[in-house]
Amino acid sequence: MTKLDERSKDLRKNVIKMVEVDKRGHIGPALSLIEIMRVLFDSFLTFDASNPKWEKRDRFILSKGHGCLALYSILADKNYFSKNEFNNFCKPTSILGGHPERDKTPGVEASTGALGHGLPMAVGIALAAKIKKETNRVVVVMGDGEINEGSVWEAAMSASKHKLSNLIAFIDHNKLQSYGKTTEVLDMSPLPEKWQSFGFNVHEIDGHNIEALEELLKTLPVNIEKPTVVICHTIKGKGFPFAEGNPNWHHKSGLKEEDILEMYKCLE
Amino acid sequence: MRKKALDSVYTLAKNDERVIFIGSDLGPGVLENMKNEMPERFFMEGVSEQHIVGMAAGLAMEGFIPYVNTIATFLSRRCFEQVAMDLCLQDLPVRLISNGAGGVYAPLGPTHLAVEDIAIMRALPNMTIVCPCDADEMNRFMLKTLDWPHPIYIRLAKGGDKIISNESAGFEIGKSILMKNGKDGLFITTGVMTQLALQAVEKLEHEGINCGVLHMHTIKPIDENSLFNLIPNVKAVVTIEEHTRIGGLGTAILEFCSDSIPEHTHKIFRIGIPDKFAEEYGSQNSLLEHWGITVHNIISSMKNKLNK
Repeated sequence: MTKLDERSKDLRKNVIKMVEVDKRGHIGPALSLIEIMRVLFDSFLTFDASNPKWEKRDRFILSKGHGCLALYSILADKNYFSKNEFNNFCKPTSILGGHPERDKTPGVEASTGALGHGLPMAVGIALAAKIKKETNRVVVVMGDGEINEGSVWEAAMSASKHKLSNLIAFIDHNKLQSYGKTTEVLDMSPLPEKWQSFGFNVHEIDGHNIEALEELLKTLPVNIEKPTVVICHTIKGKGFPFAEGNPNWHHKSGLKEEDILEMYKCLE
Repeated sequence: MRKKALDSVYTLAKNDERVIFIGSDLGPGVLENMKNEMPERFFMEGVSEQHIVGMAAGLAMEGFIPYVNTIATFLSRRCFEQVAMDLCLQDLPVRLISNGAGGVYAPLGPTHLAVEDIAIMRALPNMTIVCPCDADEMNRFMLKTLDWPHPIYIRLAKGGDKIISNESAGFEIGKSILMKNGKDGLFITTGVMTQLALQAVEKLEHEGINCGVLHMHTIKPIDENSLFNLIPNVKAVVTIEEHTRIGGLGTAILEFCSDSIPEHTHKIFRIGIPDKFAEEYGSQNSLLEHWGITVHNIISSMKNKLNK
């Protein structure tokens, strides 16, 4: 079991600040993502938070839009917007909604939330870079429930057909979807073989292990003829023992004051 | 009309590096010239409409203008969520060129007939819907698609080779064309139905009934000014569309009247496809007849509405 360091705890505290506002949010699916997002934004993606539309930036799409609490946490950490915005999470005129929206939140590349939309759009963006002979990369993060969607596999075939080596997909494989275990709802295994057979370079990794993620990302992309997928083994609700692996924390509402205190306590 | 639309894509692509073509799994040889001369901007992506629309959105985000082409029913039914979320919510300049709307694919049956596509697209914010009446108008319209900042649904229907549009009328997205002025009644039409209306008008003229034709090539945004100026001047308005009577052109006109000139709402009579899946095969013309969309019925509907 990977222990959380101070930075991982701080990014989780941001999540709590947002769910505190209306006592609700997609908490579990955000917590499994935190380390993936952290390493991507700390060590991999090229961007300029003061100029979110900078042409040379790497493009990042959180396709599992319901994991937005993790995205907002890291975007604020990188100064795309003030952390004060957390206090407005999901309020009527907030820039931070329950799913990410392009042109509403600085740093959000695409509006997602309806699942299975991120990879097709990422393929289009990666093709655009190839046509323009730009070297920017396109990173998309999907959920392991999300990849039930047929559109994901349509896009996977296309990414492979076009040899999109500038495209890297991450799968937050936390083994739980809304109803229950992914193996029971719709078993996608064998996952690595599936992606391999769709023409991807496949990596598997502990999605909470910072050093391992950083090491792997240094080597990517490895194959100029193929897109890459990184299957990240994660724990839904990571960091809050009562939420870990608990489907009731997929979307949690009606949080009580003691729940909030309990969450903060886990991060002490 | 379809050939003209695709020829236009080639011409536009030659002159503008932003233009991209994406087909699903179209017939052999489609846009061969573009494929040969601009292979990096020509895509044939297979039977994967959901992906294609998302991919077009991604390309549009990066400054390209993708023209997506496949059969109307697959662009409207199959990938509705992608059209809604990827194109309309993000308001991206993707052009959907839909083949064979209405009864064009009559012999292929209800799986291939797109008879509610206008209703589907009209419900989406930011979407523009254009149904040209002939190949010439298609050509003039396509030139205007380069700089329109929103997604466009381009509805193609077969209308024979007859050219009824006039170059002098020009083409502006969102601005209807008064093909003929009339003092008794007004036909409001879209797409190839404008051809039927013109025939009806000629026959009515012989009977001493003077009717006009307003060609509403753009169904969304609807040309409110023309409706506001023309409807009050006539006694009856008959709308004609090769589309279900639910949610299409006729509905749009009724909605406009109800909102803006409610005292004229009673003048409207809508001709369109009944609320049933097609029960017959045959040809586009035989289906239109089966549905009651004929010059004969258009004439009698106008006469009824005028009490003549």
